[in-house]
Amino acid sequence: MPVNPKKHEMPTQAPQVRAHNFSEVALGYTEEIAVEEAARCLNCKNQPCVAGCPVNIHIPEFIQKVKACDFEGAYQIISQTSSLPAVCGRVCPQETQCESKCTLGRRFEPVGIGRLERFAADWHNAHASGKAQAPESNGHRVAVVGSGPSGLTCAGDLAKKGYKVSVFEALHTAGGVLVYGIPEFRLPKAIVAREVETLKELGVDVEPNVVIGKTLTIDELFEMGYEAVFVGSGAGLPRFMNIPGESLKGVYSANEFLTRSNLMKAYQEDPTTPIMKGGNVAVVGGGNVAMDAARTALRLGAEHVYIVYRRSMEELPARREEVEHAQEEGIDFRLLCNPVEILGYNDPDDPRDEKNGFVTGIRCVKMELGEPDASGRRRPVVIPGSEFDLDVDAVIMSIGTSPNPLIKSTTKGLEVNSHGGIIVNEDGLTSREGVYAGGDAVTGAATVISAMGAGKVAARAIDAYLTNR
Amino acid sequence: MYKIVRKKVLNPTVTQMEIEAPLVAAKAKPGQFIILRVNEAGERIPLTVAGTNPEEGTVKIIFQVVGATTELLNHKNEGESIQDFVGPLGVATHTEGIKKVCIIGGGVGCAIAMPVAQEFHRLGAEVTSIIGFRSKDLLILEDEFRACSDRLIVMTDDGSYARRGNVTVPLKEMLEAGETFDTIITIGPLIMMKFVTLTAKPFGVPVTASMNPIMIDGTGMCGGCRLTLNQDGKRVTRFACVDGPDFNAYEIDFDEAMSRGRMYFGYERRAHEEVCNLFKNA
Repeated sequence: MPVNPKKHEMPTQAPQVRAHNFSEVALGYTEEIAVEEAARCLNCKNQPCVAGCPVNIHIPEFIQKVKACDFEGAYQIISQTSSLPAVCGRVCPQETQCESKCTLGRRFEPVGIGRLERFAADWHNAHASGKAQAPESNGHRVAVVGSGPSGLTCAGDLAKKGYKVSVFEALHTAGGVLVYGIPEFRLPKAIVAREVETLKELGVDVEPNVVIGKTLTIDELFEMGYEAVFVGSGAGLPRFMNIPGESLKGVYSANEFLTRSNLMKAYQEDPTTPIMKGGNVAVVGGGNVAMDAARTALRLGAEHVYIVYRRSMEELPARREEVEHAQEEGIDFRLLCNPVEILGYNDPDDPRDEKNGFVTGIRCVKMELGEPDASGRRRPVVIPGSEFDLDVDAVIMSIGTSPNPLIKSTTKGLEVNSHGGIIVNEDGLTSREGVYAGGDAVTGAATVISAMGAGKVAARAIDAYLTNR
Repeated sequence: MYKIVRKKVLNPTVTQMEIEAPLVAAKAKPGQFIILRVNEAGERIPLTVAGTNPEEGTVKIIFQVVGATTELLNHKNEGESIQDFVGPLGVATHTEGIKKVCIIGGGVGCAIAMPVAQEFHRLGAEVTSIIGFRSKDLLILEDEFRACSDRLIVMTDDGSYARRGNVTVPLKEMLEAGETFDTIITIGPLIMMKFVTLTAKPFGVPVTASMNPIMIDGTGMCGGCRLTLNQDGKRVTRFACVDGPDFNAYEIDFDEAMSRGRMYFGYERRAHEEVCNLFKNA
């Protein structure tokens, strides 16, 4: 039978429907579609896809299980190497990782590995009964700072080896960026909660409301009897552009906007945490976070949502799938545009004027692409005299973050680079013995799966360190 | 869950609670704050630490019932628990090298000013406290301030107790009479702190203001608490949760901070009314 040249389409909610709700956009493969898609896998010998996966999931093996309708078996193979299968199947940029290496992909569309991973994980979550069994304890205690993707992965891998792991989370809910950053319509929070529950069943303690660097220091964790520490504290302070008007009411960092909507549930009816809804919204930036912010604003009731990005579509760093989804939903991409001022006025003497102190617009200039810069991307250059204004009521700055200083400033001997990222070696070891780090705290803003990969590397190194000590 | 060990009504709108939170109690210093949620669906609100009892493992908070969350919190009783309580956050008030200090508190801000005054008193500094309230029935913590101050001046806006007028009146008199302070620390409504700063400026006395902006995570992640400082002619953005809450008052753009503080004013008022109605109907 000839191979189907196309990946099976992911069933999705219709754009005009999903633009007004927070339910998941992608609905997932049915069993029939999954088996058919799995049959596209050539099960080739050299398995290039595995090398393309930051956590080296045994991809052909799990796909063969799907093909044989052994869906639980497929899940078991994935979970040998991934602590968060249902999460990765949704948010990994497979097109630049496993799927980009797929042998089938040389002639046709690659196998829908991510979609099959998601299918297997969802099938397990819907059908599995009984709890994960905690392995026998090896008596060693490890502390993990932060419950985002790197911390959860590190904790999961160590727990499976018998370590007693405590995860310390600054916020009130575990999950890090998976709960405060990525919106419900892309990653339902019930799925994150389920993955955290599985880790608890493996014996991992999750301690919310503990800010390492404030409530407890890393040195105190060692005094308390933890023998190694993994720092996965994530990215920190949001960046702003330092243009006039950024303190007007209605200017949010993407972190604040998404945290209000996701973690604090401002998208639900009668929320206790307020958020600006409706009106016109400009999101500045072109990453996945910018797409999330724009699509969240739309779902909250915005009439018109712009993405303002200073380079062209080719350089736009967000995943293609997210960009396409955003375009289908009606997000207005203003490419090669850069804001120079956020418009509004602030008259302290007239508190009754309801626009007083609020954003009324954003002034941009048009850009053209010049010579490549240090990042290899063509540098955007301002076109003189190209200023124009967009009428907006809110501006969401989504231009990255700088590392959080809390841990560095309270941990003696912990070295950081010029950007504030924690310096680690190839094992994730920092300049302090027994202290490992990974994820955005090391690299600056990156992907969920690369953070998971770092958590995995560190777990292996911590195991070796404590075994050989 | 964090248990309310003791609850005391200080005046009709201000309540004091001692919350069981041993890790926070062991660490918190004057000037730092905590963030709490009353219940599972609740919003996160910052409150400054009003004192600790590390032996007992409790943290004292004092809050004014101004919105939905403080209304909900105020309906909790001794022995009940609140959902979340995290801290200590922010940088503690700097006390090194300060021998003579003037603490100026306004309204519920006095709850935050009190532990700062106590700390300076404990360290042997000469403490002058000026505390102001709208009227006599809103007066709080007078005895506590008297115990830790070398000199205490109480002001009420309407003259219903002690001296009539704003806190800036006695400050100006003292400075004009040649009194000097190593620093003035002011904690209270933004408008009061702005005018304390303007009053002190001609006399060249350093002023520190404790800021209390809208906040969510409190750990430097969201940027909602940002404020603008004017430093050497440049406008710089700072985050109250990790860089503050104390700032050099001469640098703070108070007008902007006042505007940002009112961002959700209408929403908050409606939410508060809804909670009040809930309790009325119950």
